[in-house]
Amino acid sequence: MSADKKKTAPYTVPIGPVHPALKEPVMFTFGMEGEVVKTVDFAPGQAHRGIEWMGMRRNPVQIVHLTDRVCGICGIVHSLSFARAVEQIAGIEVPERADYIRTILHEFERIQSHLLWAGVAAHELGFDSLFYLAWRVREKSMDLIENLTGNRVNYGIVQIGGVRRDISDEQRPLIEAGLAYYQGLLDQMATLFLEDSTIRMRCRDHGFLSEEDARMLCAIGPTARASGLNMDVRQDYPYCAYGDLDVRAILPPAELGGPRGDVYDRIIVRLLEVGQSIDIIRQCLDMLPAGEILWEPKLPKLLAACKKAQGEAIGRVEAPRGECMHYVRMDGNDAPASWKIKASTYSNLMSWVPMLEGEQLADVPIIVASIDPCLSCTDRVTIVRDKRRKIITKEEMTRLSREKTRRLSQ
Amino acid sequence: MNETPHLTPEQIIERYRREFGEGLIDAKVTERGEGTKKTRSYNIWFRVRRDLLRQAIRQLMDIRFPHLAVIAGNDLGDQIELLYIFSVFYGEKFGEYMVTIGVSLPKSDLTVPTITDMIPGALFSEREKQEFFGVTVTGIPDGRRLFLPEDFPQGVYPWRKDETGVPPEMVRDLWAVDRPTDRPAPPVPEKLPVENGKEKRGEPQ
Repeated sequence: MSADKKKTAPYTVPIGPVHPALKEPVMFTFGMEGEVVKTVDFAPGQAHRGIEWMGMRRNPVQIVHLTDRVCGICGIVHSLSFARAVEQIAGIEVPERADYIRTILHEFERIQSHLLWAGVAAHELGFDSLFYLAWRVREKSMDLIENLTGNRVNYGIVQIGGVRRDISDEQRPLIEAGLAYYQGLLDQMATLFLEDSTIRMRCRDHGFLSEEDARMLCAIGPTARASGLNMDVRQDYPYCAYGDLDVRAILPPAELGGPRGDVYDRIIVRLLEVGQSIDIIRQCLDMLPAGEILWEPKLPKLLAACKKAQGEAIGRVEAPRGECMHYVRMDGNDAPASWKIKASTYSNLMSWVPMLEGEQLADVPIIVASIDPCLSCTDRVTIVRDKRRKIITKEEMTRLSREKTRRLSQ
Repeated sequence: MNETPHLTPEQIIERYRREFGEGLIDAKVTERGEGTKKTRSYNIWFRVRRDLLRQAIRQLMDIRFPHLAVIAGNDLGDQIELLYIFSVFYGEKFGEYMVTIGVSLPKSDLTVPTITDMIPGALFSEREKQEFFGVTVTGIPDGRRLFLPEDFPQGVYPWRKDETGVPPEMVRDLWAVDRPTDRPAPPVPEKLPVENGKEKRGEPQ
């Protein structure tokens, strides 16, 4: 370093387009001074597939299956949002039983998504035994989802006007066994995450997002709640079976340090929400009404009803990462006239800027991961220093992050 | 924070009527109940004159600071309609409403003022509307493209339904895409088409 004459100049570190801890590629450009991130810029859209464009050329029943494929982790929130929007335009009353089944799957999805995130977060910190534990535990919810819907991902369970599969009495003991399994393991996971001094050192007061910034940048979901914003669509805006339940937004509790808006608080919120989801599934199973699961099982009739529909509506649900919203406008044709998807990460991305500024390069992976941006595999990072390009692989980036953990624990 | 008490949807509409009079082109409430109790959720839809957009949003901010979900849009033929979709009163148990404020822009003058000075989080959505609808957001602090690739042609706006939309020659149908030719041969040789033009597939040898 001492031989480097131009060491004071702020240099630019591009990361991406395929990036640590991101399933969806984003191109980051960091202005660095030493190890400290001074400025952050990023360009999403590296994997824009034009799904809305495709949807405007398809009928609603086809689109429901397209929406299943918007996200690889949230298999139900997009199809549920879209179906709810179309149901409101066409005046379709969803059977009560279907509302409850939708809610149950919605919560199972939250469990598996939060556990997947917990595993990735542990991996980014170099705590791989916890990563293995979280992902092993997650398998149980995937098995249950497969049992209920027939698929591990892309569930294909939501249909306009209901759901495509019922929950039978034989499946109930399976679900109950799964929930009991989680109940037992959650305490163990919470202890591992919350009482581990390394995790606290790496996450406490890192990636800070103030309540004011969260509000101004329109953050949502666990990211907003960790900063102290009391918002949760399930609490604020009744849909499916949530109108019958008493769901409250989970904010970081004061006994664990109160809402501070750092990475640690985001971990707490997600862990507590897994427990909340277990409760909600239990309540829904107890209250599950009898009856039909589809408004109209015959597809031609359903399509005819959709074709007649005119108007606009918003379908909105609380995805594991926050509010997911679909705006649909139908004008009497097969295909909707307009369709706008607002995925939850869309609202959370801008929060990265205040979170990352002032942090170290080694903290980038965990902070980027802390908003749970549809997590994913990483490829490589290029560092341009004195016009020489050096490719940092994902392994090297993870190594940087882990070395910092080790330095701190010494 | 200015904490006005919780209002009903009718009271919000009443406030807008009083404030904007003729400038409020349309106002309606839709509601929906699901589950067994059918607890109601409310959506409020406003259409305002285009010059009143910022005041209409300011009015909502005076009621309670809203959450901007997204800016959606419609191509209505000779005009583009932008819909600013907000939610207010989050944190109130079942008391949150979606409030949509819509403005119509004639295609001859597709400009709209930015709202990022009031709600910085709107930047993403405004950048997206610029590239997908060809709308010009005046005063936008960062006018770069957001989702479309850098080599996407200028003057093509994917969500438009007129001649500036995506032309058919830009669309590649998956069914029409042949197998790539620069790949190694498959481990099992491909089946040859048999007589009658029918292809034999999946049958045991």
